[in-house]
Amino acid sequence: MENLIALLVAAPLLGAVVLLCGGRRLDKTGHWIGTLFAAVSFGVGVALFADMLGRGAEDRTLHQFLFSWIPVEGFQADIAFQLDQLSMTFVLLISGVGTLIHVYSIGYMEHDERRRRFFGYLNLFVAAMLLLVVADNYLLLYFGWEGVGLASYLLIGFWQHKPSAATAAKKAFLVNRVGDIGLSIAIMLMFTTFGTFAFGPVLGSVGAETSVAAAPVSEGTLTAIGLMLLLAACGKSAQVPLQSWLGDAMEGPTPVSALIHAATMVTAGVYLIVRSGAIFNGAPDAQLVVTVVGAVTLLFGAIVGCAKDDIKKALAGSTMSQIGYMILAAGLGPIGYVFAIMHLVTHGFFKAGLFLGAGSVMHGMNDEVDMRKYGGLRKYMPVTFVTFGLGYLAIIGFPGLSGFFSKDMIIEAAFAKGGTQGWILGGVTLLGAGITAFYMTRVMILTFFGEKRWQPTATGAVQQDGTTARAVSGHEPAASQHGSGEMPHPHESPKSMTVPMVVLAFGSVFAGGFFSIGDRFVNWLEPVTGYAHGSPPVSALTVTAATMVVLAAGVAIAWSMYGRRPVPVVAPRGSVLTRAARRDLYQDDFNHAVLVRGGEHLTRSLVYVDHSLVDGVVNGTAAGVGGLSGRLRKLQNGYARSYAVSMFGGTAILIAATLLMRAV
Amino acid sequence: MNPVNYLYLAALLFTIGAAGVLIRKNAIVLFMCVELMLNACNLAFVAFSRMHGNLDGQIIAFFTMVVAAAEVVVGLAIIVSLFRTRHSASVDDASLMKL
Amino acid sequence: MSTIAAAATSLTSTGEAVQFWILGTVAVIGALATILMKKAVHSALSLAGTMIILAVFYLANGAYFLGVVQIVVYTGAIMMLFLFVVMLVGVTAADSLTETIKGQRWLAALCGLGFGILLIAGIGNAGITHFNGLGRVNSGGHVEGLAQLIFTKYVFAFELTGALLITAAVGAMVLTHRERTERAATQRELADRRVRDGVQLPPLPAPGVYARHNAVDVPGLLPDGTPSELTVNQTLRARGQIRDVSGQALDDLKALEQASSERLGREEASK
Repeated sequence: MENLIALLVAAPLLGAVVLLCGGRRLDKTGHWIGTLFAAVSFGVGVALFADMLGRGAEDRTLHQFLFSWIPVEGFQADIAFQLDQLSMTFVLLISGVGTLIHVYSIGYMEHDERRRRFFGYLNLFVAAMLLLVVADNYLLLYFGWEGVGLASYLLIGFWQHKPSAATAAKKAFLVNRVGDIGLSIAIMLMFTTFGTFAFGPVLGSVGAETSVAAAPVSEGTLTAIGLMLLLAACGKSAQVPLQSWLGDAMEGPTPVSALIHAATMVTAGVYLIVRSGAIFNGAPDAQLVVTVVGAVTLLFGAIVGCAKDDIKKALAGSTMSQIGYMILAAGLGPIGYVFAIMHLVTHGFFKAGLFLGAGSVMHGMNDEVDMRKYGGLRKYMPVTFVTFGLGYLAIIGFPGLSGFFSKDMIIEAAFAKGGTQGWILGGVTLLGAGITAFYMTRVMILTFFGEKRWQPTATGAVQQDGTTARAVSGHEPAASQHGSGEMPHPHESPKSMTVPMVVLAFGSVFAGGFFSIGDRFVNWLEPVTGYAHGSPPVSALTVTAATMVVLAAGVAIAWSMYGRRPVPVVAPRGSVLTRAARRDLYQDDFNHAVLVRGGEHLTRSLVYVDHSLVDGVVNGTAAGVGGLSGRLRKLQNGYARSYAVSMFGGTAILIAATLLMRAV
Repeated sequence: MNPVNYLYLAALLFTIGAAGVLIRKNAIVLFMCVELMLNACNLAFVAFSRMHGNLDGQIIAFFTMVVAAAEVVVGLAIIVSLFRTRHSASVDDASLMKL
Repeated sequence: MSTIAAAATSLTSTGEAVQFWILGTVAVIGALATILMKKAVHSALSLAGTMIILAVFYLANGAYFLGVVQIVVYTGAIMMLFLFVVMLVGVTAADSLTETIKGQRWLAALCGLGFGILLIAGIGNAGITHFNGLGRVNSGGHVEGLAQLIFTKYVFAFELTGALLITAAVGAMVLTHRERTERAATQRELADRRVRDGVQLPPLPAPGVYARHNAVDVPGLLPDGTPSELTVNQTLRARGQIRDVSGQALDDLKALEQASSERLGREEASK
């Protein structure tokens, strides 16, 4: 059975190769091929899952050794896979949601002439992401890590004719590089400390408090590795301070936003931290930093999400915030790992569903993304409304739905951290839940309720924010049919788009309950991540009640602000906080001021030093040698008599030396 | 008179010959100056022979003459062929390794 | 020989001293003349004189064989070879004493002076006081003594010099020999080429043909009175030894007029 693990990765990889190398002759069938390979991967995943369920909790970890990648004395890197319960969870999420989104993309990208390429990239992403989660050593994980970064870059910049998309892709790539450096340093540190990258030896030796080298690994080293891993996680999962790329990444096609920038890739950081749990368990300082990063990002993303009028950017802020929850939970240690993953899975369902719903809305609204120009869409797009609504209820944690269980667990675990830290973290998560309720209600109201605030499409093709420039690529038939200045005619999306939304809505509703009843998910993951039951200082029921109160308050505030009175089409100026949040809390300005300006100044000063000092030395040496050579060249004039003078003078000096030696 | 004066004379002639090599441009004259230097050496050898009271110095001088004769033959042949190609006996004209 | 034998001390006879000072002075003058004379022929002659004096010194030092060889081989053969080459090469601009290399003369003077002073200081420093003289070794006959050394102790060197001489002779021939790589042009071809080039169709004019002089160094005059360089031998032209007589006739006329006017003036005065 373990020989099938390679197939998980190989199938979508083969799909990517076929689609990207196949050329135009696959334009007609490319999307089916891509979907088929993703589905094969999902099928293999399900088979493996069924097999895994049939075994005892202790034998559920499978290994597959493919070949030795870098067989060097003292440096052994293998292409080998490890499939345990944690990896299995991810495999099912990635291949399952991935397959659904492949199906959705068939409809969504129908009119894009580069659809085959899009599916190739999607397959490449699925392959890289699966490689990331089934790798049995950090080096191979890094390979997958870079692979998803590449796929993310390609897909964000898929509409490369839009300068904003191209820039966003570059930005995502560059910011991710910072995190990748953290991961590479962490791997180097691991190698110097443990002499290997494989999960088993590295994590096992930390857990056993005695390393392979028989000397206990110092807490300082573990903290350093942990912080570097956290940096990597920050880059990939858009956590503060490397969060700035996620909002811009919404320039990519909506299925990409759903799959990569909501459900799977951005959660790779959470996977990394949970996978390396043994290291973090041994480094409490690093864990503390992880929780702080999670808490800050949680609020940051939530606040940004409140102010955005662009539906995808509001959802992106929400994603950032929800991943902040997961990171926070992962930072709590064994009491949080399981819930981080559980929230990750449920979030994968409802956030992917929400994004697909947003894509469906945009599909019906001539690619309009400004929520202030939606309104009253529930009658026109009933399926989208229902699935989006279920996703909405799930994310705000409406009792009984997925988000309720997973988020509530995290809030409890945060309180259970104990002491002042516990109160602060608990308070933050509670506040975050309230804000989540607020901004999601806002999205819901602005989109589906209230008056119709539809605006005629400016010219179909040329719109200032560039969102409808997609029509240029032939993607959007509505725009070209309606022509310029026509009102949008919202309509329900085709079956290929609504079916995945329905499936994901089911997940949004039932996944949390299914996982929580009887502690199924805890029992499932405990052998891998470990689990310690954390008891909050107040009873769990009180926490849940408090969450409900905060939730209700958030919904109520949003309703009072957006539901009771008409919403202006042009956004009002708003308060200082709103303006700041609209600008992503000045993250880009901060980066520009500190990094770009600083970098420019550093570069200028380096250029100056280079010109004056380095070039000075080099040019001076060159000039000196040149000048000396010029002088010496005069000696080499070709005249035999000049040489004779030299010889004669030399003889005279020799005689003088001889006489001197005799005299001495 | 002390016979060492012959050595002083030899040194003087040798120096004059060397100076001639340095300041003359005509290859033939230059060659003559070399001969002068060789002769100065011979004089010194002869004087040393007298000083030591054996004939080895004279033998060396004799060999020097033979070698000088051979050298003159080859050297003059070189000068002649040089003159043929460059139409000049000046050593300064032959300052490049090409015509 | 008895003089030398007696002089087995550190001092020479008065006669030899007188001879040394006189001839030594002449030898130094000859050497200086060798390097300072403008013409190669003069240099060669000066050098020959110096070499003869050196031969005398060899004789005075008891090297009779070498002295004779010096005169016969060096002065007689080698210097004649030099003169021969001087004639062959002819006179060129190389004879100019003007220095073309910057600083060469100063450096040469500096090195020469330093070298001479050091050499002489070295000899003086050596503290040579005692001269054994050759009386004992010449007792069995001077030439016999030399021969014994050459054919016993130095026989290999002697044989090698033989090889060296042969090599030098062959080398000199190889160096000066020119292989004719193309067929010599016939008279007809030469005439054709001259017509083709059109430089000088008729034979070159003989010297003095259009002039009043018939010496070989006097160029013939063209119809307009200017001298024609073509009429003078190439070697004389190269040496700049052309005697220009183009103004001669006018000068003669002027002198004639002056003389006649003087005579007329004198006649008038006498009247």
